Amino acid sequence: MRFSEHWLRAWVNPALSAEQLGAQLTMAGLELDTLEPAAPPFSGVVVARILTVEPHPDADKLRVCKVDDGTGQPVQVVCGAPNARTGLMAAFARVGAQLPGGLAIKQARLRGVESFGMLCGADELGLSGYPDGLLELPADAPVGEDLRTYLDLDDHVIELDITPNRGDCLSILGLARETAAQNGLPLGGPTLAPVPARSDAAVRVTLSAPAACPRYCARVIEGLATDATTPLWLSERLRRSGLRPIHPIVDVTNYVMLELGQPLHAFDLDRLQGGLEVRLAHAGESLTALDGQTLNLEANMLVIADGQGPIALAGIIGGQDSGVRAGTNRIVLESAYFSPEALAGRARRLGLSTDAAYRFERGTDPELPRTAIERATQLLCEMFGGTPGPVVEVSQPEHLPMRRPILLRRARIERLLGFTLTDAEVEGILTRLGMQLTPAKEGWRVIAPSHRHDLTIEADLIEELARMHGYDKLPARLPMTELAIQPRPEQRMDLDELRERLVTLGYREVITYSFVDTLLLEKLTPHHPPMVLANPISSEMAAMRTTLWAGLIHTLRYNLNRQQERVRIFESGLRFIKSEEGLKQEPMFAGLVFGDALPEQWGNQARQADFFDLKGDLEAIFELGGLQRRVQWTRAHHPALHPGLSAHLLLDGEELGWAGVLHPSLEKALDLPGQVLLFELHQPLLLQRHVPRYQAVSRFPVIRRDLALLVPDAVSSSEVLACLREQAPAFLRKVEVFDVYRGHGVPDTFTSIAIRLILQDNERTLSDIDVDGLIATMLARLQARFGITLRT
Amino acid sequence: MTVDTSIDPNALHAAIDTALPEINASPDLAALDAIRVRFLGKKGLLTEAMKGLGKLPPEEKRTQGAVLHALRQKLEQVLEARRQALEAQALAQRLASEAVDITLPGRRQAMGSLHPVTLTLRRIEALLGQLGFAVAEGPEVEDDFHNFTALNIPESHPARAMHDTFYFDTHTLLRTHTSPVQIRAMEKQQPPLRVIAPGRVYRCDSDATHSPMFHQIEGLWVDESISFAHLKGVVQEFLRRFFERDDLSVRFRPSFFPFTEPSAEIDMSWGDGWLEIGGCGMVHPNVLAAVRIDAERYQGFAFGLGIERLTMLRYGIDDLRLFFENDLRFLEQFA
Repeated sequence: MRFSEHWLRAWVNPALSAEQLGAQLTMAGLELDTLEPAAPPFSGVVVARILTVEPHPDADKLRVCKVDDGTGQPVQVVCGAPNARTGLMAAFARVGAQLPGGLAIKQARLRGVESFGMLCGADELGLSGYPDGLLELPADAPVGEDLRTYLDLDDHVIELDITPNRGDCLSILGLARETAAQNGLPLGGPTLAPVPARSDAAVRVTLSAPAACPRYCARVIEGLATDATTPLWLSERLRRSGLRPIHPIVDVTNYVMLELGQPLHAFDLDRLQGGLEVRLAHAGESLTALDGQTLNLEANMLVIADGQGPIALAGIIGGQDSGVRAGTNRIVLESAYFSPEALAGRARRLGLSTDAAYRFERGTDPELPRTAIERATQLLCEMFGGTPGPVVEVSQPEHLPMRRPILLRRARIERLLGFTLTDAEVEGILTRLGMQLTPAKEGWRVIAPSHRHDLTIEADLIEELARMHGYDKLPARLPMTELAIQPRPEQRMDLDELRERLVTLGYREVITYSFVDTLLLEKLTPHHPPMVLANPISSEMAAMRTTLWAGLIHTLRYNLNRQQERVRIFESGLRFIKSEEGLKQEPMFAGLVFGDALPEQWGNQARQADFFDLKGDLEAIFELGGLQRRVQWTRAHHPALHPGLSAHLLLDGEELGWAGVLHPSLEKALDLPGQVLLFELHQPLLLQRHVPRYQAVSRFPVIRRDLALLVPDAVSSSEVLACLREQAPAFLRKVEVFDVYRGHGVPDTFTSIAIRLILQDNERTLSDIDVDGLIATMLARLQARFGITLRT
Repeated sequence: MTVDTSIDPNALHAAIDTALPEINASPDLAALDAIRVRFLGKKGLLTEAMKGLGKLPPEEKRTQGAVLHALRQKLEQVLEARRQALEAQALAQRLASEAVDITLPGRRQAMGSLHPVTLTLRRIEALLGQLGFAVAEGPEVEDDFHNFTALNIPESHPARAMHDTFYFDTHTLLRTHTSPVQIRAMEKQQPPLRVIAPGRVYRCDSDATHSPMFHQIEGLWVDESISFAHLKGVVQEFLRRFFERDDLSVRFRPSFFPFTEPSAEIDMSWGDGWLEIGGCGMVHPNVLAAVRIDAERYQGFAFGLGIERLTMLRYGIDDLRLFFENDLRFLEQFA
C-alpha cells in the first residue's frame, strides 16, 4: 500500500515526524517498506503563464517565449519543448533556481538569443507519472506561486507491506483508523454525507449468487461533463499512490478505493442492455476485459451480466465494451461486497492482478459499499456536475459475514502473554480499535467492527492487545521447567560423527539440490524411474534424485571446470525411490573421489586413488560403529558402476549400499577426464554402533604363522578367510591378508595370497602341536573345498 | 715385534710418552683401539711387562708392580678420555648429518571440511539442545495436509499456488517450510513437547536472493503455560548466544502467519538497521485442534529461522548461490 503522507495527515495528524510515523506503523504490524520525499529538493520554481511563443531566428527546434511569472515584467525564455504554447500554465525556473541534480539556472544566451530562466518538464523536477514535455498546470493555477506549495511537494510517499489479514489497512481510512487508535486521537477526514437523489434513473439489480455477492449497490448518474479534467489535487494523490490518472470518472472511483478501501466500478449506461445480474459464469462464456484481453470464464467465476451477457468479472476487472470512455456522460456506479472465497485465486488464474481483486481477496468491509457510493457520487457531482439517481441496494443479509461475539477471558490474556493488563487497559485498547465490549463473568464479550473480519477467536483479540500495548514492551523470559536428561542411546551414532570421520579422511561436505536432471538419473539409475516435478524451475532441476551421485557428479564437473584436479566430496540427505509400497524417502550417505590418493606433496610418489583407497576409507567409517566385520563386499551388477571394480555392500545380509568405480561408458558419456570412485550407503544401517564388551587381555605369548597360499582366481580372499575362520578355536585371534602376488613363480590362473595367523590362548602357552594341528586342518579344508595348496 | 720379556721401565715410559700424543690425535675409534691393543692387548707391551713381574723377586716385584700399575692407569685414563671425545664427535657429526629442513610441510592426507550450513545447524542444535529441544525429522516430499491444511492455511491461500510451491500432483508437494514437522511431532506425541526440526525446504523461486532449495529450523515448545514472554526469552537468548553478542538487540514485530496467533517477525539489530531473520508466534488453536491437542489445556510457541541467512551473517557470506555451487575454494574456507 503506497500513499501520500499528507493525505493520511488530512485524516489524522499525530505529532510525529514522517520517520517516527513509519516506525510506529512498523511496530503496529504495518511494515514500512519505503519512505521517500514526494519530490527531490529544488527551489525557485514558480507557476507561470506563457504569453507569446515566437520561432527562434537561428534554430528550428527552439522557440522564444515570453512568460508571466507574477513579477509584473514578461520574462524572455528560450524553450525547446513541443508543447510550449500561448496561454499554457507551466512550471518556470527563475534565474537563481536550484533544480534537482545540482543544476543552477543562470541567464544564458542560446544561439544568440538571451534566456532568463527555464520552462520545466516534470522529469527535470524529478516528478514521475507525468507526460513528456513541459509540465502542464491547470488553467486556474495561480501565477507566481511557488510550485512546491502549489503541488504540495513537501510531502512524503510511504509504502507499507500489509499482511494478508489486514485488508482493512489497504486504504487511507484504514490507516487513519489504525494511526488514530495508536495515538489516542480522533479520526478526522472529509464529511461523508449521503447525496440525495435528484432523478429517478435506476437500474434493476438481481443477486443470483448471494453467497458470493450478498450486497450490491448501484447508482445511475447522468449529465456528467464530458470535457472535464481531473483536478490536480486528486490526480497528485493518485500519482503518489502509484496510480496514473486515466479518465476523470475512473480517477474518482480509484480515488475512493484508495481513500475508503472499497473498489468501485463505473459502467457506461449507454452501453448496458437491461438490468444487472450478479451470477456465476456459464460454461463457454468469455469477456473482453478493459485491458483488451479476452478472458475465458470458468463456472466458478463471478460475473456482472446485463441482458446480453457478462459485462465485468466481478471484483476483478471490468469489460471493455461497458466501460467509460471519452464522451461518457451517463454511468452506473457499482459498489459491492464480494466474498473473499468467491474471488480467491481467480484473478491469478487468468493472469490478472488488479487493485480491486487484491482488496476483495483480502476481504473488504461489508458495511462500506453504501458509504463509498455516496462518496464517489459526491466527488463526481462536485467536479463534473451530474444528476444522481437513487442508490439501489440489494442485500442478502443471511449471506453477509456474521459478527459473532468473542469471549475474552481475563486469565487467558495473562496465560498467553505472560503479562497482565489491567481491565482499564484492555477496555481502552479494544474500544479504541472500534470493538463493542459487554462485561462477562470471566472477562468480556467482544464484537469486532465490520472492517476487522480477521478477528474471530480469543487469541486474535489477545494479539490485538499485545500489538497495541507494544510487542517490545512485553516481557521476555526463559521458561521455568523441570529438568530432564534426554535419552542418548549409545547404539545409535550421530550423523555428525560420521561426517567428522570423512572430514579426517579428506572429504569436503557438499549440499546439492534434491532435484536434478532427469537425463542424468536415467543414466545412473535406469532401474529407478524418478519422481518428476509438475512445475520445475528448469529441466536440469526436474526430477527428485534417486541417488546422491547425481549431485556429486555435477559438483565434480563444476570444480573440474575451475581447475581443481583432486576432488573428494560427500553429502548426506534423502533419495527418493518410487516403490510398490509408495514413495521411499531414504536418508543416504554418499561420496565421490577423483584424482590422486594423496595431495601432491614432497617425498611421496603421486598415485591415482583406486578401488582399495575407497574401500579403506569405507572400512574406516565402518570401524566407527564397530561394523567392519559385519559388512560383506559382494560382487553384483549396478548399472552405473564398473562390473569388475564395484561391490554391493551388505550388513548382516541387508543392503548397506554400493561402492566402486563409475562405469567407463558413463565416464565417457559424462565427459569426465578420469576414473571416478563413488559410494552410497543407507544412513540408518551405517549409524548403528556396537557397544563394546571388555575381553580379558591374555598374559601368554603370541604366535604368528604366515601361510603363502596358491589360490585359484575363481576364489576370493574373503572366501579363503571365511574358510580359515570356520570352526576355529578361540585361540585363533586374527586371520589377515598381508600380501597378494601374481606373476613369476605363480601359475597363470592362480594368485598367491599371504595370510597371517595370530594365535594366543587366554589360559596357557600354546605349543607347536596346537598350532601345527590347527594349520593342518585348515589346509586340508582349503584343499578340499577350493583346491588351494601351500606355495612352496 | 719381538717380545721383550725384560722390564725396562724407562723404555716403557718412553713408549707410553710417544703414544700419548698419538692417542689424542687418533682420528677414530678403530685407530684408538689399535693403540689400546698395542699396550693393553693380550700381547701388549704393558700386558707383557705385567706378566714379567712374576719372575722378579718380591721386593722388586712390588716396586715394579706399582710403577706398571700407575702406567696402566694413566694410559687407560687417556684412552677413555679420547674415546669419549671421539664418540661425542661422532654423535655430533651424525646429528649434524641427520638434520632436516623442519620447515618443510608434513606428509599426510589433506583434511576435508564441513559445509557452512552444517556448521550453523550443528551450532543451533547444540545451543537449543541445552534447553532440552530434541531434533525431529520429517519427509521432504509432503502432502498438502501436513504442509498447509493442518497449519490452518486455507485452500485459497496464495502460498498454495504452483507459483510458490513445487507440486508432483494435487496433493503431493515439496515441503515449503519445516512447519509440517511440528504437525508430525504433535501427531505422534501429546505435550509437553519440545522439538527442533532442521532441514531442507523448497520454493519456486530462483534469483540472486532466492534459492529453490534452502534450509530452515523450526522450534516448537508446547506445554500448559508456555507464553509469548517465553517465546521472546528463548529466541532472544538463542540469538545472543549464536552470535556471541550479549548486546544484540532482538525485535519482535507484529505480523501474520495462519498457524500462529499472536504472530511476530523476528528482527535483529545489524549494522545501522534491523534485519529480518525469522517468524514466530503462539501456536494457533486451529493447529492444535488439527492434531487433537486440547487447546484449552495446552499452548505453546513455534519459531522458524532461515539457516542460510544466519550462516551468511555469522561468516560474512554475501551471496546465497555460493551455498549450493559447492565450489571447493568456497568450502575449504570452513575447515
